[in-house]
Amino acid sequence: MKLYMMHLMPYADLDLDYDKTHNSAWITLPNSYYDPKKGAKLYNRYLDELEYADQLGFDGVCVNEHHQNAYGLMPQPGVMAGALARRTKHVKIAILGRALPLLNNPVTVAEEFAMIDNITEGRFIAGFVRGIGAEYHAWSSNPADSHERFHEAHDLIVRAWTEIGPFPFEGKHYQFEYVNLWPRPYQTPRPPIWIPSQGSSETIEWASHPDRRYTYLQTFTPAAMLAKYMQMYKDMAAEHGYEATEDQLGWSVPVYVGETDEIARREAQPHIENFLNKFLRMPKEMLLPPGYLSLKSMIGVMKAKSAIGGKQTIDDVMDKGMFICGSPQTVRQKLEQYQKEIGFGHLLTLLQFGTLPADLTRKNMELFAKEVMPHLQARGTTPAVSEPAFS
Amino acid sequence: MAHQETFETVTGCRIRIMRKGQGQPLLFLHGASGAANWLPFMDMLAQNYDVIVPEHPGFGGSATPQWLDTVGDLAHFYRDLIDHLGLTSVHLVGTSLGGWIAAELATFTCEKIKSLTLVAPAGISVPGVRKGDMFMWSPEELASKLFHNQELARSVPQPATEEAVMLMLKNRLMTAKLGWSPRMHNPHLRKWLHRITAPTLIIWGDDDQLLPPAYGPAYRDLIPSSSLHIIAQCGHLPHVEKAQEFVTHVTQFTQEVA
Repeated sequence: MKLYMMHLMPYADLDLDYDKTHNSAWITLPNSYYDPKKGAKLYNRYLDELEYADQLGFDGVCVNEHHQNAYGLMPQPGVMAGALARRTKHVKIAILGRALPLLNNPVTVAEEFAMIDNITEGRFIAGFVRGIGAEYHAWSSNPADSHERFHEAHDLIVRAWTEIGPFPFEGKHYQFEYVNLWPRPYQTPRPPIWIPSQGSSETIEWASHPDRRYTYLQTFTPAAMLAKYMQMYKDMAAEHGYEATEDQLGWSVPVYVGETDEIARREAQPHIENFLNKFLRMPKEMLLPPGYLSLKSMIGVMKAKSAIGGKQTIDDVMDKGMFICGSPQTVRQKLEQYQKEIGFGHLLTLLQFGTLPADLTRKNMELFAKEVMPHLQARGTTPAVSEPAFS
Repeated sequence: MAHQETFETVTGCRIRIMRKGQGQPLLFLHGASGAANWLPFMDMLAQNYDVIVPEHPGFGGSATPQWLDTVGDLAHFYRDLIDHLGLTSVHLVGTSLGGWIAAELATFTCEKIKSLTLVAPAGISVPGVRKGDMFMWSPEELASKLFHNQELARSVPQPATEEAVMLMLKNRLMTAKLGWSPRMHNPHLRKWLHRITAPTLIIWGDDDQLLPPAYGPAYRDLIPSSSLHIIAQCGHLPHVEKAQEFVTHVTQFTQEVA
């Protein structure tokens, strides 16, 4: 199994009383809550943490994109990937991902990713997402066109990477007379493509299709759901007549390792609860703009009535397997058990979350890297079948 | 007598139409929440007019055609519908999103438009005047902000059945498709509103929190033969909140035109 450190780069200095006057840490929370002096320190601290992951022997580091919020300060994740490209030596660098439907010009992402792939001599992993619903408020991108634009932008980027240019592109949303990428990507035929999702049968069906075989990455989901979606991917692959490898399945989960179960829980509690209740907080209208989900899925959500924003405790998320927390032995056992039962080949650990401070983040990283990671890395991953070349 | 309800296929799209009354035809174009029900103001208008209330393609009981991308598409569609119904001289009344459609249509041609009534129409943007964001409001907030009279707002029923929820979501989806960005307007429309030759009445509630009443004078100044009537103590839906006053004004205006 391959182990990665994922970072959200939250604005950890957020005034946590903001929710007395504002209903979300996203979109409508005034940016007067952001202090550039503190933010600058955080950016550099977080980049140091990801560079440290390289030294500790992680297989990769991961960043992602969110706009206009305190939850994650990476509206342009390529900036972070660029900074990491030269300062790290061994790790893969993954952008998980760019929200394709927001793009006015998808070629910008094809170019940016190809540049990072060249600078790192092929240490780059590309992630494509639709973004969460809030991004559509932040960027004025029409959520009703989200699916269409995702697929069109994806097709354009993959063609730009794999076809010799110049070629014209005529889509409904994007049109070009000349697509001719300089630089071409370093990896042949292109960087690996990962598809992070909170669970959607449509997405799994699309990612698992034999033309793509993209790595499907399940993010922040109860373990039972994780198992269900991973099985769905395997079943869909089987229906297409091939066997999905562990390389095609990944899981992203917050993890905290302490000296003992008791210490770990005590140290993590305020910070994971801030992550859940302060940083993730948003009303349903912000999370699910019209068109973001299919009408059928929306009905399901409205029936469930449990929007993000409901108060959650450390025990809620530990019980559901959404947060792995404990002594090295506990964390190792849990992750080994999930890996054995579910069979994923990539584990993305969120080792900083919410307000977790620098010293505890480092301690968490070190304990994980020394006491947990070696056991998991040793677990066999079925050899990756190379993704099909695009003509 | 109850209204009649039919389905017509126009430009490849099956749409639901409610109709009632005798007299000159009056075509009513609904707003973002659709036209599921025959409302009291429709009944009042039906005493003097042949009131025709279609549901837009993509809304309510009407189908969603492949060709539908913009409000301009709907404006062209309604030219087809007017021809399909054999109307040669129609009083066109549009509210909010429907007002935007009606205004677009009238910039193309007023050949068959006897009069135009725009009720708190979307379609233009007025610099410096902040609109409400209906996509950020919860259902309760939306009800509250659409009305001046909060007692009335509280009496608005929330969809109770799964079918009603589905219709609400369908209408919301199409409203987003047509009006998410640029938000509820077409930046090019204001350039051509001077093409409207039909006599035009613009109606606005003085307490409209979605499209502020400052939009009224802007619209009036852009359409040559137009007048503006502000209804006091009224929100975004004058035809619902002040049905009697609304009907009186529309009737008086359309009779003067006739």
